[in-house]
Amino acid sequence: MNQTMTIARHRLPRPGRPVRAGTTWAGLPEALRAEWTKLRTVPGTWSILAATCVLTVAVGAATEAATRCGAGSGCAIDSTKVSLTGIQVGQAVVAVLAVLMISGEYSTGMIRTTFTAMPRRAIVLAAKAAVLTCLVLPAALIAVAGSLAAGRLILSGNGITAAHGFAVVSLAYGPTVRAAIGSVLYLALVGLVSLGIATIVRDSAAATGAVLGMLYVPPMIALFLGSERTWQHWVERYAPTNAGLAILNTTRVHSLVISPWAGLGVLAAWAAAALLAAGVLLRVRDA
Amino acid sequence: MTATITPYRSPQQAERDGFTQLLHAEWTKFRTLRGWVIAIVIAVVLIDVVALLVPRGNNQCGSGSGAACLGHVPTGPGGEAVNDTYYLAAQPLAGDGSITVRVTSLTGEIATNEGGFISGSGSDHGVMHSLVPWAKAGIIIAGSTRPGSAYAAMMVTGSHGVRMQYDYTSDIAGLPGSVSAASPRWLRLTRSGDAITGYDSADGKHWTEVGTVHLSGLTGAVRAGMFAASPLDFTPNLPSYAESGGGASASVATGVFDHVDLRGGAPGGRWAGQQVGSANGPQPPRGIGFRRASARYTVTGSGDIGPVVAAGVNTGYDTGTLADHLLGLFIGLLIIVVIAAMFITVEYRRGLIATTLAASPRRGRLLAAKAVVIGMVTFLLGSAAVAVAVIAGSQISRDGGIYVLPVGWLTEARVIVGTGAMLAVASVLALSIGTILRRSVAAVAAVIVAIVLPYVLGVSGVLPASASEWILRVTPAAGFAIEQSVPQYQQVVGHYAPPDYFPLAPWSGFAVLCGYAAVGLGLAAYLLRRRDAGGAG
Repeated sequence: MNQTMTIARHRLPRPGRPVRAGTTWAGLPEALRAEWTKLRTVPGTWSILAATCVLTVAVGAATEAATRCGAGSGCAIDSTKVSLTGIQVGQAVVAVLAVLMISGEYSTGMIRTTFTAMPRRAIVLAAKAAVLTCLVLPAALIAVAGSLAAGRLILSGNGITAAHGFAVVSLAYGPTVRAAIGSVLYLALVGLVSLGIATIVRDSAAATGAVLGMLYVPPMIALFLGSERTWQHWVERYAPTNAGLAILNTTRVHSLVISPWAGLGVLAAWAAAALLAAGVLLRVRDA
Repeated sequence: MTATITPYRSPQQAERDGFTQLLHAEWTKFRTLRGWVIAIVIAVVLIDVVALLVPRGNNQCGSGSGAACLGHVPTGPGGEAVNDTYYLAAQPLAGDGSITVRVTSLTGEIATNEGGFISGSGSDHGVMHSLVPWAKAGIIIAGSTRPGSAYAAMMVTGSHGVRMQYDYTSDIAGLPGSVSAASPRWLRLTRSGDAITGYDSADGKHWTEVGTVHLSGLTGAVRAGMFAASPLDFTPNLPSYAESGGGASASVATGVFDHVDLRGGAPGGRWAGQQVGSANGPQPPRGIGFRRASARYTVTGSGDIGPVVAAGVNTGYDTGTLADHLLGLFIGLLIIVVIAAMFITVEYRRGLIATTLAASPRRGRLLAAKAVVIGMVTFLLGSAAVAVAVIAGSQISRDGGIYVLPVGWLTEARVIVGTGAMLAVASVLALSIGTILRRSVAAVAAVIVAIVLPYVLGVSGVLPASASEWILRVTPAAGFAIEQSVPQYQQVVGHYAPPDYFPLAPWSGFAVLCGYAAVGLGLAAYLLRRRDAGGAG
């Protein structure tokens, strides 16, 4: 992040122009434009978004290729979920993009310039969140569509076909549509949680570690608690990734600890909480 | 007035380029960053916190709870826990001799209700007439009928053909195919001192040697005879690793023998039937025993002669291995790889790398010094934490009523030292990735995705078993295989899954991780020499 991020002068509010006082979101359009300019001119943004798509599809395809299941062997494969395995990796890339958006500014000192230009820090955070979401959503859409298409092709090649009693990945199937839309939203929400945590932590490396830890540690904790059902179910209901990834399931949904949409709601609550805490800390802490 | 100032000369000048100085410099850089030291201590402490605090096992049974439920599990000649439950019809064999039989039939019954046969019912209610894959009947020469004694046996099995098995863990394949009256199997065991040789034949004329084994402790009088055993019916065919095994049903197997010929036995000796060992699991009461009708002998038995596996259902207990206490390892590893990657990336961010390289222009050596420092710190702290987790954790498991499979001290030491070494090699891989990528965020993300994520994907059960297995073979997460303390046995059906079992053997998995680290370190050294040290934050 050693590139100097310049904001074109003419895009800033003209000096002397009165700031529209009184409204909560005054200055938001300018902040949005500034954040958009910063993000799109930093080298790396586009390659990270491309990496999100490529890694998600590639990991999904590799998993599908490694998935074998003889007919009648009683192995219950959720073909949609298997196809969307790449989300597990894609979310890490989205998290990195979110961390870079804010920690990059802290590590170069750019944040002081940003806050000098936009003293209303909550507005800056809101603008960053909005711009991030607008970039992640289309990338996630491509990644999910690619994964499902790959799943349809590769899994059928491996004999996971309707003829053998498995559901083929198809958008004509309601739960698959839910999983597809849900995982696009999931990636966007992961970006928002990560942005919040990175704003709280500030240091780029520590923030990356913290965000990825948040993504990958709770699912394992739930696994350790195998014999302690109460605790295990608590983790599965309320940990961001455990709850959020419930959306990937298309079979045996009734046996889940948390229903798909409710799980995504839990993740949304985490995102709101992280951004709120980040907003408060931005106001009270020195930049 | 002028004063002459003598320039300061370092007394170590002659050795300035020495590797020891370089090591000392890197060690100073590491230990003086308080945040790193705290983080790495937290990392290893977390390994122990998970081992000691995550609750495991609180078995309830008739005689109380926890450790009170653990009965005696026999151990075989190699010290491993074994099942040794079967029905035997035998005679003493004082010296050298042989036993030959023809097996004309192997049939079985499996209880269809989980738990066992409905006792007292002579009818076929709740019974399925079929064989479990490792149902076995044949001939055996055993040191004694005390469970866990040395033995060698030739047997026909449910679906694995003729086998020669000895001392619980060893298994050699003989003639393939199943046995029937139309295609009987002839089996022979000969004893010469402590050497036992097994033969099989399809016609009783042309014999093939299956194997010769020397059994320690097989001196003096032994018992030779016919046996039958049938392990619990258990199908570990599950969609993912994480889902634990389903229920298991009791089963019995019946072998029919004729042309029985014992040589070297006492004159006029009689075949005496006897139940060896007693299963802790569901007891099948149906028809166990030994019957003789002229020259036809029928032996019906239940149980198994083989090793106890953590993945199986062969004992009445919850079984575990040392690796059950290392579930916190990956959290510690996550923190360690982040620190290791930052060990070099912060130098780029702060521009310190320019100073470092000016002071020690031989860049390959610099990387080596960093690798040695981070590797040694991780190895020593990691091994210590793993030792506490394994030793104290096993005690807690036993107190909770979980039977931790016994292993020799060499194996226990290998698990402890090997796991410490695994953490160290992973930290060197992370350092290499940090050197290659130079930027903190990219490097931290890359090491987590490359080293920690495959383990999470492979173990957590989000993937189908075949995909999980593949991940744990080819990614750096294969290194976790070093924590296995007991081997898999193909002759025991089980739900072989992490953390007790990995698809690769301990050192093979470790070698995969070492391969990644070697390639990473080589690439890092090459790029460090070739690139300008400007770098990026």
